Amino acid sequence: MTTKTGIKGNIHSALHHDSAAKHVSGQAVYVDDINMPTHGLVVLIGQSPHAHALIRRMDLTAVAAAPGVLRVMTAEDVPRVNDCGPVVHDDPIFAVKKVSYVGQSVFAIVAETMAAARAALPLAHIDYDPLPAILTIDAAMEVNSFLGPPARMKKGEPDKYLASASRQLSGRLYCGGQEHFYLEGQAALAIPGEDGDMQLYASTQHPSEIQHKVAEMLGVSSHAVTVETRRMGGAFGGKESQGNLPALTAALAAHLTGRPAKTVYDRDDDFMLTGKRHDFRIDYKVGFDDDGRIIAVFFDQALRCGMSWDLSAAIAARAMCHADNAYDIPHMRITSYCCLTHTQSNTAFRGFGGPQGMLGIERVIDAVAHKLDLDPLIVRQRNFYPEKTAAVHGITHYGQTVTDSIIQPIVEKLVNESEYISRRKEIVAFNRSSRYLKRGIALTPVKFGISFNTTFLNQAGALVHVYHDGSVHLNHGGTEMGQGLNTKVAQIVAHEFQIDIEKVRISATTTGKVPNTSATAASSGTDLNGMAAMRAAREIKTRIGDFLAEVYQTKPNRVRFADNMVHIGAEVISFSSAVHQAYMGRVSLSATGFYATPKLKWDASTMRGRPFYYFAYGAAVSEVVVDLLTGENRLVRVDLLHDAGKSINPALDLGQIEGGFLQGAGWLTTEELVWDDSGRLTTHAPSTYKIPTCSDRPVDWRVSLFMDENCEDTIHRSKAVGEPPLMLAISVWLALSDALGGIDGAGYPALDAPATPERILMTARRLGARFV
Amino acid sequence: MRQDIRFLLNGKPQQISHMSADMTFLSWLREQPHLCGTKQGCGEGDCGACTVAMGRLDDSGQLLWRPVNTCILFLPMVDGSAIRTVEGLVSADGNLHPVQRAMVTADASQCGFCTPGFVMTLYTAWQNRQGLQQDEINDTLAGNLCRCTGYKSIVNAALTLSSSDSHTSSVEYLGSKDALALAELCTTDDFDKDFCISSDDNSFYAPSEPTTFANFYADNPESVIVAGATDVGLWVTKQHKALGQILWTGRVSEFARLDIAGDQLFVGPAITHQQLLESISNKFPELTELMRRFAAPQVRSSGTVCGNIANASPIGDLPPVLIALGSKVELTRREVVRQLDLEKFFIAYGQTDLADGEFVSGVFVPIDTASYLRCYKISKRFDQDISAVMFAANLDIVDGVITRPRLVFGGMAGTPKRAAKAESVLLERPPDIETFQKAATALLDDFKPLSDMRGSAVYRMATAQNLIVKYGLEFSEGRSVRLAGAGLAKVMERW
Repeated sequence: MTTKTGIKGNIHSALHHDSAAKHVSGQAVYVDDINMPTHGLVVLIGQSPHAHALIRRMDLTAVAAAPGVLRVMTAEDVPRVNDCGPVVHDDPIFAVKKVSYVGQSVFAIVAETMAAARAALPLAHIDYDPLPAILTIDAAMEVNSFLGPPARMKKGEPDKYLASASRQLSGRLYCGGQEHFYLEGQAALAIPGEDGDMQLYASTQHPSEIQHKVAEMLGVSSHAVTVETRRMGGAFGGKESQGNLPALTAALAAHLTGRPAKTVYDRDDDFMLTGKRHDFRIDYKVGFDDDGRIIAVFFDQALRCGMSWDLSAAIAARAMCHADNAYDIPHMRITSYCCLTHTQSNTAFRGFGGPQGMLGIERVIDAVAHKLDLDPLIVRQRNFYPEKTAAVHGITHYGQTVTDSIIQPIVEKLVNESEYISRRKEIVAFNRSSRYLKRGIALTPVKFGISFNTTFLNQAGALVHVYHDGSVHLNHGGTEMGQGLNTKVAQIVAHEFQIDIEKVRISATTTGKVPNTSATAASSGTDLNGMAAMRAAREIKTRIGDFLAEVYQTKPNRVRFADNMVHIGAEVISFSSAVHQAYMGRVSLSATGFYATPKLKWDASTMRGRPFYYFAYGAAVSEVVVDLLTGENRLVRVDLLHDAGKSINPALDLGQIEGGFLQGAGWLTTEELVWDDSGRLTTHAPSTYKIPTCSDRPVDWRVSLFMDENCEDTIHRSKAVGEPPLMLAISVWLALSDALGGIDGAGYPALDAPATPERILMTARRLGARFV
Repeated sequence: MRQDIRFLLNGKPQQISHMSADMTFLSWLREQPHLCGTKQGCGEGDCGACTVAMGRLDDSGQLLWRPVNTCILFLPMVDGSAIRTVEGLVSADGNLHPVQRAMVTADASQCGFCTPGFVMTLYTAWQNRQGLQQDEINDTLAGNLCRCTGYKSIVNAALTLSSSDSHTSSVEYLGSKDALALAELCTTDDFDKDFCISSDDNSFYAPSEPTTFANFYADNPESVIVAGATDVGLWVTKQHKALGQILWTGRVSEFARLDIAGDQLFVGPAITHQQLLESISNKFPELTELMRRFAAPQVRSSGTVCGNIANASPIGDLPPVLIALGSKVELTRREVVRQLDLEKFFIAYGQTDLADGEFVSGVFVPIDTASYLRCYKISKRFDQDISAVMFAANLDIVDGVITRPRLVFGGMAGTPKRAAKAESVLLERPPDIETFQKAATALLDDFKPLSDMRGSAVYRMATAQNLIVKYGLEFSEGRSVRLAGAGLAKVMERW
């Protein structure tokens, strides 16, 4: 994209990731790459072999005495608070008296080398009394094993209108969880300092929380703990709260030994210890008319939370808030059950419950269309929220008016560009005469609410220094996990000062520079931190402008920053010269910026209000082919059209869309988490847990941005893009289902997720596709 | 005998004499020279983040580059090779290599953690000038997982490299410099081919004479034979086992035999899957497609055919097809060499016919029986996955009826196994679809599969039965319907 101004790396330009050259040459440093200080130690966590059991006796003397082992750590060694939970204190660092999942941290070994720690691990003698374990949603629902009372949202009069609707359907859907599979496992390094200080380098989306939790554990004030995050090797929500345990164990080891210590999970430990995306069971009842207009919907959403709250309450709320997706349904009731199970405590994962919530309504729309023998696209279009230009807007089941809908023009454009109508016809004809191979196509929309559901989290800070040579140093509270946040924020600051991007440097995120930050999550990184950084830069600009106006005897509004220069009335001087003059004139060239998202209002007790500043939209068409003899399938063609508002960086945004889509496709197809009957996760490495490979990407893949300014006054009218594209992949799942609908005489192809070849084959057999 | 290992690391000769024999090359890279660009992602050769380029001189003195997973490669196994890591591609004046530049230009890195592995896989392809075309790139990159990009941008980067423009003389130097330096390293007077590395805990012995190898193993049957370490490596990284005495096949040049004698293909014990794949590509299209989906380039470049057989892993994809072809294994103990039908080699789960001190010294694959051979690999994911069910089928037609039917399954029992009952249904019957359907029904009496994370017992049986039907259909219609790989165009036709 060309820019009107003459600076390099301006906003709206497709700048490369600021670490790209370091990524490709191995120079980008991750936590485990940091040169370990001398006398550094490693920490290995000893895990529970039982899903649910009482700890009767623990003898770790042989472990502690093993060669190369410095000491062991248990709950008794924690100075103050033995907890790593992000919200509720129900997640011990080390289990006390009881274990609640296979893999739970029971003790830790502090050793000179990982080999020594590994060798000592089997020397632990711990006696357990096993207790009955609840492992699945079905089992939890059976015995009402919940973390808290069910939550409800209601719109209109669902009971009345469901009963009176001319047509009704009901059904049940299961969708599996998902392992984050960030390529870099959880990692933290702690270095003890003077006065009880603790410096941590952590792979985390939430440095402030780690700072807070470490202080709480050690019984010191937050000012004694500094947490730094340069970058993560992927996170996807998996390092929002799950980075706490490695950081806490590293800090505890450093505290107890006085030596640097690091905790780095290997892949298997990471799978066993950490929470994943929640699996859901969704029961639905829908009332609709002959035209496919949905009148009333009931959803019972049951989600497997695991053994503790973690972030499940907010995730459940977001799932409820997305049970409408892009559809204006007059009467709704959503009930949410947070199931307590003896498994890993499930956590944030890109979409944060939204994807599961959307699956429910997309299944309903699909089933309604099947019942009425209509193209599901028509049913979708008949139920969309009114467009932003409409006289009357729709109101969601949680009370937010949808004023910014652009789903109609997006879908219209996508239908044309993807030739959906003609391809659908061709596929129907193909399936009629093809017995073993079936094709399927689906178009699904996305409407995703942007802002943290938890209102107070919607704030951010930034710190900008301008040095008197004209270079700019920038810190903000967000963390870099690959999404290119630092690049975008640097572009914003470069734009603000109107200087080339090389003049702007962002260094590692640290709690010492910007305090009290929220997690980099909810897609909000650029919205929040970009705005905060812009305000900091603007503050400095104003100071320089005021100063120069005085010096040059003109008005401040006659001072203009453009193209690496500063125009002061008729005078033009370079930016660096302007800065230098301001410095010589004793003007402060450092400022903080702060931003709190406006217009938000959320009552958590009634679950009503305006939780989202705006919505991000998108739509996808996916086409698949399925072999009914084996359940194997292939993603033949995918068209994506996604709304990133007025994109700050189209290259980075396209990367988020492509990556998010394929990650979503993995969730709904090949990525299957399997626990055995004893509650042990049996898929704990890439040999058994299958994320998409290169050949799983669509054979023909067309991706574009729907360029439209955000109605709300976001940073340069852009929109958040981290999470929403993941849900474009729902089209893949429904295309697979559509292909199975091509089986002669098939009823509704109710396909559960993940749609592995096995699940597809078994569904096909249920629909009558038997060949033996 | 040499008491050290020697190799080239980013152009610089290395000589190491003290090490634990089972230290992985990745650990060494990250801990000793502190080359941390190479990442640990999984410790089992499945994600490719630890990929480096390993070059070995071929007979003509050319360097042939392979991508290898260093997380399951033992340090002594790099002996005699040239290694390039991601740090070693940047020129002395700090310029990125064309492969690196292409990745930057295509916005092909996000979090950057998998990126060094992708760069090195692409570098080997770039050096070999092979595997960068549109129809090859999926296979080239099958061993590298990326969780951020969706691969589209990485493929775009790779495709820009396929044009020869990127091969300018100024960047060619890396390859030729390495070739010269390696040749020099391996021809010094004290570069004894045999070497042995010992530490307090373990020992790594690499003899060069086959008789020395056979006698040593007969005398020390508790030794662990290592070829590519793609399986044994996991004993260390995943099971945390200590390996005492390691005996390496990699120095015995006679073991690298791959030739056709009469109507048989002989595959020696050091022949990798990749070498087999490259040698058979025109002879057995079905086997080629199977080999293409066998792991990924990194594992195929290290792992050996004989190792896959010898370890009797129930997850070995190769034995069913080798059995379907009527292959025999050659077993050696000292100077005693015997041959055995491969199907008789596997006795029970994890148990083979190998005697103490005996090893798999080769496999004979008949090459004239492949006319009706079909292979089917059923897995959750097409590439770099382990099969839930593996099916290889073969038969002859004489006077309009089926003779010599071979229906061989993996994943249905503790060993790769023929379906005797189903085969008996086919025998002497005309090859019509009803016959195959009856054979599929008979399969119920052949196997009682288990459920695990790769598939339930019900699914395994259902899909295995369907595969017999599918074989029958493909046989009678003379076509092959595969959704994996490049066969997609065909499946867009009605079937």
